[in-house]
Amino acid sequence: MNQERIILSQERFALTIERLCHQLIEHFDNFENACIIGLQPRGVFLSDRIYARLLQLLDVPSLEYGKLDITFYRDDYRLRSKPLLPSATSMDFQVDNKHVLLIDDVLYSGRTVQAALAALNDYGRPGAVELAVLIDRRFNRHLPIQADFIGMAIDALDQAYVQVEWGQKGMEDRVLLFADKKDREK
Amino acid sequence: MSQANSLSVPHLLGIKDLTKDDITLILDTAATFKEVINRPVKKVPSLRDLTVANLFFEDSTRTRISFELAEKRLSADVINFSASSSSVKKGETLLDTVNNILAMKVDMIVMRHPAPGAPHFLARHISARILNAGDGTHEHPTQALLDAYSMREHLGDLEGKKIAILGDILHSRVALSNIFCLKKLGAEVKVCGPPTLIPKYISSLGVSVEHDIERTLRWCDAANILRIQLERQDIRYFPSLREYALYFGINKAMLDRLDKTILIMHPGPINRGVEVTSDVADSEHSIILQQVENGVAVRMAALYLLAGNRQ
Repeated sequence: MNQERIILSQERFALTIERLCHQLIEHFDNFENACIIGLQPRGVFLSDRIYARLLQLLDVPSLEYGKLDITFYRDDYRLRSKPLLPSATSMDFQVDNKHVLLIDDVLYSGRTVQAALAALNDYGRPGAVELAVLIDRRFNRHLPIQADFIGMAIDALDQAYVQVEWGQKGMEDRVLLFADKKDREK
Repeated sequence: MSQANSLSVPHLLGIKDLTKDDITLILDTAATFKEVINRPVKKVPSLRDLTVANLFFEDSTRTRISFELAEKRLSADVINFSASSSSVKKGETLLDTVNNILAMKVDMIVMRHPAPGAPHFLARHISARILNAGDGTHEHPTQALLDAYSMREHLGDLEGKKIAILGDILHSRVALSNIFCLKKLGAEVKVCGPPTLIPKYISSLGVSVEHDIERTLRWCDAANILRIQLERQDIRYFPSLREYALYFGINKAMLDRLDKTILIMHPGPINRGVEVTSDVADSEHSIILQQVENGVAVRMAALYLLAGNRQ
């Protein structure tokens, strides 16, 4: 039995990203002394979209943009039965005194963001760090971490699962909510 | 990319025990660690709760430093032990030595030992994870993995690539591990050296044998040149080092005569002027120092994957 529900369909998905981009420009202006960092692996789908749209909106050739893998900084690495496999990091700049925008797809327990903040320390001391997410599961936090820019906030039980689909293999962009993690198709 | 997301083995004793997926997994993971060791802060906290003991019952410079750096870059606590300054001299057995170290809550053992099979013996008697850093003339798995990683960086997928291993094949654990590793990755392997230094039944491992160095160089995409291991040779296998260098040493003129560029590799330490001349070892064909750099990344990957595998 499939218990999933579409909570963000293709049109609203595009609208949400568009709104996020405008909010970011309102806040960061022309991104001077700022950098954008997508969290590997799934946050990069969102950061790629946002980055591409920001370039169009600001009419600039490039902004400082990196992709950060936080696998080696996770606190649950040795609690799992199998090792977590890393993705590539591409950060060819230092974040010293910069205004950093972290981007991830779903903010859930907050542990990924905690690991990202630890990883970020290895690239210098940022002036400020802010967080943008597509989905904020606001009642499931394990740590005192909040997002500054939110695509959509949802209230779901702990056993629920949020799946963001990025139009892979000709599918539509959409966000699905499964009532139970176990119902999620692999 | 690799299909599996964990190793099929609890220890890294030899390449012989690994599957192709295991090897690919280690090499792919090493690529991300290579990025880590080129950062301004070359360290990640993954193994901060682990203690690793490096037990070296045989001399080593490169491998010991490389393992120690890999462990430190992963934030593990490290203890070093060398047989020359220990109770081994007072007659303690290997198992007693290791059990005493493990009683101090050590989680992983990296061991080099002159006796082939020593790490395999330990694996049957202790519960800690073991990485073989070279056992006698048997295997040296992390060297083969870093060699494969370095070749893959330059040649791409090794399927169908032609790799020559030259020199003292008989006494070389690097040769055996390399043969297992390259064959599993689908490469063609040729060994070349004086007949006395090539094991009699080596072709049963699926490699071809050649005794003409120039013909071998013309054939291959990469030449992995091995050192003459005089310390393991209890009888004379060739008349003199000078004669060996004359017939089996590689010089720049040989490379210049080739109509293509081949990779020159060497696991170190180099005996300059014997198996290879200085102008070859330092030439633009040589990736010898890249091998050393990649060694740290590959060993980080092996430690990371073994430590995380709790099945």
